[in-house]
Amino acid sequence: MTARARFIYFLTPLILFLGLAVFLFSGLFSDPTKLESALVGRPVPAFELPDLYQPDRTHNESIVGGQPMLLNVWATWCPTCYAEHTFLNKLHDEENVYIIGLNYKDDSRAAAVRWLQELGDPYQINLFDFSGLLALDLGVYGAPETFVIDSNGVIVHRHVGDMNDRVWQEEVGPIYYSLFEQSGNASGGSAQ
Amino acid sequence: MIAEFGHYALALAFAFSLLLAVVPIVGTAKGHGGYMSLARPLTYGMFFFTLISYIALTVLFLKSDFSTVYVANNSSLALPWYYRITAVWSSHEGSFLMWMLVQAAWAAALALYSKRLPLTFAARVLAVMGMIGVGFYLFMLLTSNPFDRTIPLIPVDGRDMNPLLQDPGMIIHPPLLYFGYVGLSVAFAFAVAALMGGRLDSAWARWSRPWTIAAWIFLTLGIMVGSWWAYYELGWGGWWFWDPVENASFMPWLIATALIHSLAVTEKRGTFKAWTVLLAISGFSLSLLGTFLVRSGVLVSVHSFAADPTRGMFLLAFLGVVIVSSLLLFAIRASKVVSHTRYELFSREVLLLGNNIFLVTATVVVLIGTLLPLFHQQLGLGSISIGEPFFDMMFFWLVIPFAFLLGIGPLVRWRRDNIQPLLKPLFIGLLVTVALAVVLPMVFADSVSGMAVLGLILAIWIFVGTAHELKLRVAQRENKPQALIKLGRSHWGMVLGHVGFAVTIIGIALVQNYEVERTVRMAPGDTFTERNYTFEFKSMNERIGPNWVSDAALFEITRGERRVGSVVSEKRFYTIQRQMMTQTGLQVNPWRDLYVAMGEELGDGSWAVRIHIKPFVRWIWFGGVIMAVGGLLSMTDKRYRLRRKATPVKGVAL
Amino acid sequence: MKNLLLAVLLALSTTLMLQPAQAANEFYAFETAEQEMRFNTLTRELRCPKCQNQSIADSDAPLAMDMRARVYRMVMDGESNQAIIDFMKVRYGDFVHYKPPLKPSTIVLWFAPFIVLLLGVATVVYNLRNQAGGEVKLSEAEQARIAELLAARSDDESTPSNKEQKP
Repeated sequence: MTARARFIYFLTPLILFLGLAVFLFSGLFSDPTKLESALVGRPVPAFELPDLYQPDRTHNESIVGGQPMLLNVWATWCPTCYAEHTFLNKLHDEENVYIIGLNYKDDSRAAAVRWLQELGDPYQINLFDFSGLLALDLGVYGAPETFVIDSNGVIVHRHVGDMNDRVWQEEVGPIYYSLFEQSGNASGGSAQ
Repeated sequence: MIAEFGHYALALAFAFSLLLAVVPIVGTAKGHGGYMSLARPLTYGMFFFTLISYIALTVLFLKSDFSTVYVANNSSLALPWYYRITAVWSSHEGSFLMWMLVQAAWAAALALYSKRLPLTFAARVLAVMGMIGVGFYLFMLLTSNPFDRTIPLIPVDGRDMNPLLQDPGMIIHPPLLYFGYVGLSVAFAFAVAALMGGRLDSAWARWSRPWTIAAWIFLTLGIMVGSWWAYYELGWGGWWFWDPVENASFMPWLIATALIHSLAVTEKRGTFKAWTVLLAISGFSLSLLGTFLVRSGVLVSVHSFAADPTRGMFLLAFLGVVIVSSLLLFAIRASKVVSHTRYELFSREVLLLGNNIFLVTATVVVLIGTLLPLFHQQLGLGSISIGEPFFDMMFFWLVIPFAFLLGIGPLVRWRRDNIQPLLKPLFIGLLVTVALAVVLPMVFADSVSGMAVLGLILAIWIFVGTAHELKLRVAQRENKPQALIKLGRSHWGMVLGHVGFAVTIIGIALVQNYEVERTVRMAPGDTFTERNYTFEFKSMNERIGPNWVSDAALFEITRGERRVGSVVSEKRFYTIQRQMMTQTGLQVNPWRDLYVAMGEELGDGSWAVRIHIKPFVRWIWFGGVIMAVGGLLSMTDKRYRLRRKATPVKGVAL
Repeated sequence: MKNLLLAVLLALSTTLMLQPAQAANEFYAFETAEQEMRFNTLTRELRCPKCQNQSIADSDAPLAMDMRARVYRMVMDGESNQAIIDFMKVRYGDFVHYKPPLKPSTIVLWFAPFIVLLLGVATVVYNLRNQAGGEVKLSEAEQARIAELLAARSDDESTPSNKEQKP
């Protein structure tokens, strides 16, 4: 080996390290605890859950689809849900967004109902998932989580953490509204 | 006042490290002996003020001075005094201060015991320690000051120490591990100093070796204590979890193990110089990388400290400076070093290289397994998890050839050897090994598990190889026992190191394949029998400690008619942190652990009780202790003690 | 004061999602030891998506309890290990299993160690070949040093029952 070749050969550890450092650097700016949903691109799984207000009434997977909508996972034990509730009300009142509420493993039905009575109810349908059955099928790992569902009942996006103005403007809103354009082009506008 | 005093001492220590990093180097450049000999006093100064700072923090804890944020977050009035002392290192800032103290202690020890090194070389080594210190002190002062005040809102009581850490195992685990981690900086400093001088020779390896072994001993013990602690404290009976933080300590250990072997070759044969230097740099780089991973929050781990991007950024920058400059220096200087010694395929050199190749491969497995989830996510490929099933499989395949080489290695001569005379004893050895590995489980266990047999084969093979080597060593001596004693500590160090490894393999193989884990529903008065052991749930009592209350279950264990003993298994609730902890009940002998951990209370007075029988689990840690004792013998070999006088200055010229 | 509290909660909430506070009375009875073993193995190989880095066996998080309950039911229903793992993967992604799938993006996991091993062997062979050709040249200083070192280790860990040949 020539001296030059040898030098380059001896540089390999440095080059390997530099490559590693780039990744470590970018790793500093991401949250390793955030998971993408495995269900994106799949239809909402089958379920049968009671209504939050009326224990005798049950809903199944037929309630999703027909139009773009959100499915919001919440509970009264979750302070972030409290924080995002006002914004969900706003979405419902001002932008007329269709939201299904999935009450996830709450302390009691009464507590959940009281919460909605006090803070307002932004949900068109309220599901009561006391044992976390649907949540498990949806791959929910905490609350709040918000799923964007298209008019065919297919999950398009999942947002983990609180919904607020910034998240809606930058992340979830555009996806939600793009669904109208798609369904508008495809099936001649069934929405709203 | 004490907090400001401690803070000020830390700043002074920083100033000393800065001087230490610069003055001796200027001295070596100008050939100024006075500047060079300042290295020692500057090192002592750095150590002294770090110690003062550390003592100040300890006093704040003992006095429960909650006007200091760190104390308020990690102590409480109810915390017993001994845990107040250990609470100093129970969280990020304090544990980093301890890291610094350890670093300064190593530097001071170097200064103390390097009197017989050539002045230039000693000045360089200490200056490198100073440079590392500069980065760390700056990190503490800028991002992780443990002396920050809570003024004006001084809390009445603290938030208490993390209950997980309120345990004797936790008292010794972090200091041991830090002594190991940071000790690798000494090997690093030697390597960099040798590169600076431009001469990598055997003398460098000889000076560096006892220090490297010392660091390796601490690392070995630190990892073993950590494993033991997790075993009884977490209540799940696992002893290794392949968590990123564990991996962060395991990688430097693997490299340090490779390094002490490679140093042996460089010391004795003057070859593999560049490789040895690279290992020394990698060892410390990996311990820095581990620090970064644990303290920056880029990886998800149960043990990681609270994440803070500034800290991560600073550590990454520091990591980059240290590693890039040392690897660049390596490329420039080591590429000019040519080894002249010769060796052939069948020689101890090649077998030791084989050992190095496997250890480095193992390190690569752990490194990729730890970091790939991060890369995978960065590249937008989604989240993946890499854990026990993957690592177990990879290490299974790696340890087989590794143990095989380990059994043969010591039998083979340096430079070149003839394989022919070894074939017969090796073949007989293999037969004996396989026979024992099959017969032992048949005699002592109810069933023969293939994996257990394989583990035993590996371990017994190492025993047989080691024993044969000892036999050869004394074959031509008249007085054999005396000849054995006279072999020298270094030799016995090697023997114990290898035997310890085999003992650990036995522990792993047997506990993995013969353990029983049962979860049973028991109320006081109930009994449960497994493998002839009968566990009787005698009673449930309430216990009250300084900062906890607990339900303590008393179990009587009998085997047939014979009483084995009783254990107390607790479910403790730490009232300030509001955390539930298990205190495992253990009944121990060298052949098996009986492990009783309380699960949930199930109502009607009954409990879910986890009862494990773990054969040979102690051997895992016992093997580690044997390895460490081997290391201790090696580093105190007389050639490191007496020869220092005789190693003259001519070793390293300017 | 309430606003302050909310602010604190909000600050926490971006990184920390809280968990349900339901206590669980969980205890699983098995019909056979084999079922219990499978349950133990599976719950250790599945990762709790909610927790820092724990298997669902280790975690006290309610989600881990739900997942354990599901694993238990599936084990008792006689589903295969693979079926149970796949069930979880469909819901939580590859993340949930501690053994990543073999696909192009993870291939480096299995092959990089192998390549390192091969490179190591290749380097050794290369070095052996290269040195075999040339004569051994030692500088005087090195000669002296080796002699010194050899003298120093008359009784340490050299080779059994033979003396070193001088170069």
